[in-house]
Amino acid sequence: MNLYGIRAIYLYEMHRAWRTLMQSLATPVISTSLYFVVFGAAIGSRMAQVEGVSYGAFIIPGLVMLALLTESVSNASFGIYMPRYNGTIYEVLSAPVSFVEILIGYVGAAASKSIVLGFVILLTARLFVDYEIQHPVWMVGFLVLTALTFSLFGFVIGIWADTWEKLQVVPILVVTPLAFLGGSFYSISILPPLWQKITLFNPVVYLISGFRWSFYGISDVSPMISLGMTLVFMLMCLAAISWIFRTGYRLKS
Amino acid sequence: MHSTISVRNLSKIYDGGFQALKNINLEIQRGEIFALLGPNGAGKTTLISIVCGLVNPGEGQVLADGHDIITDFRAARAKIGLVPQELTTDSFETVWNTIGFSRGLFGKPANPAHLEAVLRELSLWDKRNTRIMKLSGGMKRRVMIAKALAHEPQILFLDEPTAGVDVELRRDMWEMVRRLRASGVTIILTTHYIEEAEEMADRIGVIHKGEIVVVEDKSALMKKLGKKQLTLQLQSPMTTIPPELADYPLELSADGNQLVYTFDTQGDRTGIAGLLRRLSDHGIDFKDLNTSESSLEEIFVNLVRSRT
Ligand SMILES: Nc1ncnc2c1ncn2[C@@H]1O[C@H](COP(=O)(O)OP(=O)(O)OP(=O)(O)O)[C@@H](O)[C@H]1O
Ligand SMILES: [Mg+2]
Repeated sequence: MNLYGIRAIYLYEMHRAWRTLMQSLATPVISTSLYFVVFGAAIGSRMAQVEGVSYGAFIIPGLVMLALLTESVSNASFGIYMPRYNGTIYEVLSAPVSFVEILIGYVGAAASKSIVLGFVILLTARLFVDYEIQHPVWMVGFLVLTALTFSLFGFVIGIWADTWEKLQVVPILVVTPLAFLGGSFYSISILPPLWQKITLFNPVVYLISGFRWSFYGISDVSPMISLGMTLVFMLMCLAAISWIFRTGYRLKS
Repeated sequence: MHSTISVRNLSKIYDGGFQALKNINLEIQRGEIFALLGPNGAGKTTLISIVCGLVNPGEGQVLADGHDIITDFRAARAKIGLVPQELTTDSFETVWNTIGFSRGLFGKPANPAHLEAVLRELSLWDKRNTRIMKLSGGMKRRVMIAKALAHEPQILFLDEPTAGVDVELRRDMWEMVRRLRASGVTIILTTHYIEEAEEMADRIGVIHKGEIVVVEDKSALMKKLGKKQLTLQLQSPMTTIPPELADYPLELSADGNQLVYTFDTQGDRTGIAGLLRRLSDHGIDFKDLNTSESSLEEIFVNLVRSRT
């Protein structure tokens, strides 16, 4: 194991985030605050409680997940796309680091950033609404697992993308809609029966449901199913990555 | 004792079917400076990229310091430093951070004293806290070298180190390469220029269209390659070469306006001075003169032909 190598990649990536601190932290915090103002305060004040939780509090887990998903994907995809784009990937490929080590470095850094971000958003939310966390260990568990899974997913995107457009397209056209439709702002039980069924194909539903359960003990699907589905999605990403590394897809000719 | 780099029956076909390397066999000895000389597209970068792990090998085997570059990649790569042909750097980072990253990546614990020595040697110490995007092209190239040296490699690949580099920096680089060699580092460099190979290398391998045409000691190869031509633009055209010049290997152009003298750059004396004196003794005036070498392409074609 080349621990120095993993550390070098990890720290270099973290340092990049530090350099762009405004972008890395401030942007998601500001946009999340806007969601609170618009959905929580303005609209939420006219909304009834959802299963005994005030609407403002109800959307907190969804908002954290929304930020966690988009930031994990964009951090991780950018982290590996950038060196491919500017050519500095040559150094990583020529170094005595295995693909697993490369992965730990890049994905670990992307996930760490999202996890920090998740906590920052939770703290920000405190300024707007009171909320409780019934199962803090599960909460942290879901947070970490989601950050890791979607950083892996982002890594795959960052390898697959060969243009800046493709790099942007997945977060904007796939991740954000899935997060919005996955119950960030509503309980899927309010949907018509057919849509409830369709929604179950959206992996984000399970993440948000499980995460919300860790806060308030309410959920659309059982937390165990949430956990299972998250792990399944993670394994799918890992399978894609192991194929990429075996074949050198888009990394080596 | 095994070779430092050992390439055996290596072939490479890129996706799309282009064969970039054809059954390459090459042994590079410890502590030598080896120049890989070849025209554009010959396969120099492909060969280096395979040894360094950037390109998947097709058929064949490569050993670096006795370690297979695929099955024992860690040991092999830890020994190797690479300065690629293209200038590729993370423009937003500082020089110091980027070389620290390189060292860590290669599995070495931090060693600020070594990094400082490398930067000083490359005259980059003053720039250590500067972001790379603020450096000139020549400085960026030196940063690339510093990155490659950060982990104290035993084998250094320089892919066209002097492309786009001014004369002074070129001198400095050659100096540095010699110092590295003196400290026991094996150096493999690629170049388009015969003079550069001649100036630097102990041995030269000529590669053309994916094949190693010849590998020889520099002096032996230079004898084969070192032909130059002196062309004189005559004041008044001639019909035949005058008998007083018969003992020089001269050729007259078809229009009679140019006299061409072929000489050996490796010879003790080129004979140019004598020839010019003879011309003026006999009142043959010329407007202009220039010397030229046979182009690399011509030389390669000749080498290929002479081999078969
Ligand atoms: N990734 C690739 N896919 C397909 N063909 C490639 C690829 N990389 C290089 N080639 C081809 O392989 C041949 C050898 O290229 P290579 O870069 O090794 O040449 P070179 O000797 O380094 O040339 P130069 O002096 O111009 O740097 C060229 O014809 C090039 O077009
Ligand atoms: Mg090249």
